Amino acid sequence: MSVPTTSPLPPSAGIIETEGLGRAFGELWAVRGLTLNVRRGEVFGLVGPDGAGKSTIIRMLTGILPPTEGAATVAGFPIEGGEEQLKTRISYMSQRFGLYADLTVEENLSFYGDLYEVPRRERGPLEERLLGFSNLTPFRKRLASNLSGGMKQKLGLACALIHKPEILFLDEPTNGVDPASRRDFWRILYAMLKEGVTVFVSTAYLDEAERCSRVGLMHGGRMIQCDTPQRLKQGIPGRLVELEAGQPRAALEILSGRFDSGHVSLFGGKLHLYADSEEEVAQALAALGEAGIEVLGAKSIPPTLEDVFIQQVTHTPQEAVS
Amino acid sequence: MNRPALSWIRLAALVRKEFIHISRDPRSLAMAFLMPMILLILFGYAISMDIKTLDLAVYDQDKSAASRQYVEGYQASGYFRVAGSIEDYASARAQLDRGQVHLALVIPSHFARDLEQGRSPKVQVIADGTDANTATIALGYAEAVTNRFSTVRQHATIELAVDNRVRVWYNPDLKSRWFIIPGLIAVIMSVITALLTSLTVSREWESGTMEQLIATPVQPIELFLGKMAPYFVIGVADVLFSVAMGVWVFGVPLRGSFLFLLGVSSMFLVGGLSLGILISTVAKSQLVASQLAMILTFLPAFLLSGFLYSIDNMPRFLQVATHVVQSRYFVDVLKAIFLKASPPRFLAEDLAFLGLFAVVVFVAALRKFKKKLT
Amino acid sequence: MNRENAVEVKDLTRTFGSFVAVDRLTLEVGRGTVFGFLGPNGAGKSTTIRMLCGLLLPTSGEGRVAGLDVMTESEAIKRSIGYMSQKFSLYDDLTVEENIDFYAGLYSVPKDRRQERKAWVLEMAGLADKRRTLTRTLAGGWKQRLALGCAVQHEPPILFLDEPTSGVDPLSRRRFWDLIAQMARRGTTVFVTTHYMEEAEYCDELALIYRGKMIARGTPHEVKVLLPDDILEIRVERPFEALERLEASGLVREVALFGGALHAVVGEAGTGAPALARFLEEQGFVVEAIQPVPPSLEDVFVSLIELEDRRNPAGAEE
Repeated sequence: MSVPTTSPLPPSAGIIETEGLGRAFGELWAVRGLTLNVRRGEVFGLVGPDGAGKSTIIRMLTGILPPTEGAATVAGFPIEGGEEQLKTRISYMSQRFGLYADLTVEENLSFYGDLYEVPRRERGPLEERLLGFSNLTPFRKRLASNLSGGMKQKLGLACALIHKPEILFLDEPTNGVDPASRRDFWRILYAMLKEGVTVFVSTAYLDEAERCSRVGLMHGGRMIQCDTPQRLKQGIPGRLVELEAGQPRAALEILSGRFDSGHVSLFGGKLHLYADSEEEVAQALAALGEAGIEVLGAKSIPPTLEDVFIQQVTHTPQEAVS
Repeated sequence: MNRPALSWIRLAALVRKEFIHISRDPRSLAMAFLMPMILLILFGYAISMDIKTLDLAVYDQDKSAASRQYVEGYQASGYFRVAGSIEDYASARAQLDRGQVHLALVIPSHFARDLEQGRSPKVQVIADGTDANTATIALGYAEAVTNRFSTVRQHATIELAVDNRVRVWYNPDLKSRWFIIPGLIAVIMSVITALLTSLTVSREWESGTMEQLIATPVQPIELFLGKMAPYFVIGVADVLFSVAMGVWVFGVPLRGSFLFLLGVSSMFLVGGLSLGILISTVAKSQLVASQLAMILTFLPAFLLSGFLYSIDNMPRFLQVATHVVQSRYFVDVLKAIFLKASPPRFLAEDLAFLGLFAVVVFVAALRKFKKKLT
Repeated sequence: MNRENAVEVKDLTRTFGSFVAVDRLTLEVGRGTVFGFLGPNGAGKSTTIRMLCGLLLPTSGEGRVAGLDVMTESEAIKRSIGYMSQKFSLYDDLTVEENIDFYAGLYSVPKDRRQERKAWVLEMAGLADKRRTLTRTLAGGWKQRLALGCAVQHEPPILFLDEPTSGVDPLSRRRFWDLIAQMARRGTTVFVTTHYMEEAEYCDELALIYRGKMIARGTPHEVKVLLPDDILEIRVERPFEALERLEASGLVREVALFGGALHAVVGEAGTGAPALARFLEEQGFVVEAIQPVPPSLEDVFVSLIELEDRRNPAGAEE
């Protein structure tokens, strides 16, 4: 079989296109029925808990895990048959970064540069830029094992960018990384976006998902929603109410008995209640009144992506999940 | 599918990276040399087929001049030491039971008289058969002493018709160390080579770097050659080190061509290192890899390579099985180079098999390795 | 010692060689409080929690946990607390029930209470129908609740949780915090470390630790007020270009992209918003909306850390 080495991608087509993509491990479907179209220059976020199938999707799209059913093209190459060509155009940063702990910052960077056959004379300035971006210049001679978690992750990103990929696949890149390093990390990503790189990122942090241009919510191997964060938030039925109560914990207990799991929670000393209708809010207020709990205030607040996610998950019929 | 040609840039990067790993981990480098050293010393001294001195209990019922002369023959042979005289069978049995002596010699009371009358007196030699190997050799020696005694006695009366002399070539003193050490080098090297490469690949599966590598354009052949090259250098150094120990520590003569030895070792190393790579395509953790490498190399090398146990004496099916044991050929060739100085053309079959093994295993590893997760 | 305080430490310090992991930490945690201990990796969170649990001896300073001295009564402390580490410390090859039984034995839960406590753990963790399941096969959320159950079987008055929710899905995380809230309501003191900033909102009180030192302290609301700056959300066409121009303008302390919008950190929203709008329009952008947004704890956290770095640059990145 002969696959052209230049990208056959027409400009209008999605840079990642999947059709009914699925992968089973034994009896268990890790991902099923994924149909997706990611456009060039997007930051696409795959959001969901552990075990929702995020890593499996990324591994299939990077050509290292054959799908059980369905098909996909990445940068114009099919993931089955064209995987070696697509690997030259993408970058993949796995959850464990894939750094060599006993190599220095510089050695890791030039190793990955060589793997992608980046010409030496182009590489110098790029290396300098990537190290500068990630604030790693002073540590270029340091062993990767002696870097902090955040620095390791930035180095992983620098290694992934050394060959100027068209698409960057990041599997939970900021897992276990502190907020300050996460900010630096996103700063580097924005710089790449300016140059037209497409970013496909998975995360379990819903606040991070807000930074994406489009988000796919994953649950039990299915993509249950896919849209911009704004539209996802606007799209959920019902409303989110913030209640200020005299005894917030007692109030939580009372309301927990009346609402679904995840619909009531204590947040920053206030209760967040996700109600389907006005009547439900009224019922909740009445219940608190009966229990002698003073309600100091109640107001509607915009939902977060986490609220959207929990609302979606608890309303997804079970058969669709298993 | 058409693949781009092998990239020298990538290969060089992989080799360089592997050398850095080795240089930053002096402990594993030390292991690569300590292991053959320790094994050579342990096995070189522990496995010896030579029997130095055998302890002998003597139950001399005759107590004549002739019987004493006969016993002196044992002492004089240098193989035996008379541990003591005993006066009954019970003591003989007791001393053999306790392992105080290897043999008991019983001389009948009419020993001298029978000799005088030209009859052959029957001497009894009782050996401890629990160590059959030693017992057989001891009985052989005892027979030799007896024959010698007989000839000397006969010599006084008649001329011997035949002068029976045995000459052993290549190893005139039948020093077992001379044939054990070259074989041992082969055994040790087959374990080390498979272990080195299988560990270095499985380590990458464990640390997650392999997942990263298979998502790059790297090709399996580049990956494998990159892994093998540094360990090939270490392997050659290991062979030289072991040969040097054999020659200077154990006094084994190296009679053949040194260059030939180096050449054969290289062929062997390629096969051994490829086997390690093949193991790592199945075993994705260091623990499993090292266990598999030990089972697949050490046992066959020890038992089926002809290093200790002659292949000719094995049952037919085992003899056939030894053909897939790579160390068998290396044992053969090393012994021949060390002791016989055989030229390559005499060893063509061994060399052909070594080469075949290397190619088949390397190709198998390439085919087995997929740039995929499972 | 104040009887109402479950944890009280003064000038608690721990050094490893020349490295000061925890530097003169002073704090009190009242009974029944959910206390959040926040900080980046390596800030000293785990070291502190280990000292308080009696697993690590402080270098200097003093501390009392449940009224017991951390210097001299570490074994007694271990009996009166529950501790759940980041790794959940469950045996993967034991069933759910076997893990519970094992920890019941470890904490010497009285024989006559065991059945009842086990039933409670299974119920709390939602594992009643999974009691004979191998722990290995449980998803993250179940494991986490099982670990929590195991750690509180002996009903300790104080519970220490070291990053209890890493790698757990949002729904499970909410359930987990609901459980914590219930325990606190029954009088259990919960001392928890996390680096999920949004989770800090579940706590009654927070302490922010950075490079071994406490740099902020208070309720989530009080801590948010500490942010000296305001945050503006700007909706604009061509956000990438706008971001570049704003970065170069010197008008903002920081600017970042959130989905399609920009978040800009300015000194004061009242004057900042019109100034930025004017600047962007001069540069030829059409500003669709510009409005202040409440800072998240993460915003506060990052700016406090940056402030500390400016104040004390010597310790940066080490």
